[in-house]
Amino acid sequence: MTAPGNIGATPQGSASAQARLQYVLRLADTSLILGQQLTGWIGHAPALEEDLGLANVSLDLVGQARLLLAYAAQLEGRGRSEDELAFLRAPADYRCVQLVTQPNGDFADTLVRQFLFDAWQRELFERLTASRDVRIVEIAAKALKEIEYHVRYSAGWLVRLGDGTEESHARAQRALDQLWPFTTELCTADELDQLMLKQGVGPDLVDVARAWSTRVDAVLGEATLRRPADRPYRWFGKRGEHGEHLGYVLADMQFLPRAYPGAAW
Amino acid sequence: MSDDQWPLYEIFIRARSGLDHKHVGSVHATDARMAIEHARDLYTRRQEGVSIWAVRSSDIIASDPADSDALFEPAKDKVYRHPTFYDIPDEVKTL
Repeated sequence: MTAPGNIGATPQGSASAQARLQYVLRLADTSLILGQQLTGWIGHAPALEEDLGLANVSLDLVGQARLLLAYAAQLEGRGRSEDELAFLRAPADYRCVQLVTQPNGDFADTLVRQFLFDAWQRELFERLTASRDVRIVEIAAKALKEIEYHVRYSAGWLVRLGDGTEESHARAQRALDQLWPFTTELCTADELDQLMLKQGVGPDLVDVARAWSTRVDAVLGEATLRRPADRPYRWFGKRGEHGEHLGYVLADMQFLPRAYPGAAW
Repeated sequence: MSDDQWPLYEIFIRARSGLDHKHVGSVHATDARMAIEHARDLYTRRQEGVSIWAVRSSDIIASDPADSDALFEPAKDKVYRHPTFYDIPDEVKTL
């Protein structure tokens, strides 16, 4: 990717702006939905300290989503706010990856999901800091510092669980086996990813995949966990093709703003 | 505290470069790394610090409250140990 260009050169509503909008929604919705999911642990984490730890990660993700959705709203150019995008869209309009829609499950499920995601988001956002879209560069640069901590946190837990007791190892391995198929989507480029690469907006996902895979192998090795075999999986949340879980997440998340439009405190 | 709790660590935070670490509280954690992460999440979320120390609570040796008389009473009547018999120049603001 070359020097940052300015999105101002892309007129709102043009085909180019629409593609950019879809790409930004992928980033925004992925952070938003995982941030929402993690709030499910508040008051339920195995220790008070973990309650706050997961809530902090959640807040970071929602913060990323806010910045990205505000930018998406600007690209869309229809006068919708970040809140309207977050709370008033239908499930099929969300562009989050499938991995983040998977249920919290037990603590191992949540932490395995978190690590697989954090390790990917770190590589993705690091490369987005070299995007030609200056707004994406700014958001990615701010988020990257948070993500560095998230990886450290979730990788630490993966090692503790995997290399812990027989029970924690079994649960971590089971979570890994269940969640692994959803990682295919993270590192497989579709037409939009390829277009963004061509325009210098997004990174090469092959490059992201390589770096992600190296880190995952290192941490899984330390955690004494077995890397599951890759399986073809072509059901892409980032294209709006979601499984059964997203609807439930959105029902929780959207209830209040839909029942009480414009509610504030 | 029951034995099934994670070990307790005492947390010390340095607010700014140049200041000393001050005790701020404690966290439960399974290991040293987690203690630092928990301390970061609990005690620095409002920019309270630039450095964290964590010490296993069980490694702290404390004075016995029952010994207070012997340890601290004798200092009470030795006011001459306080530097209160000097005239402090007005220019000296923080002493």
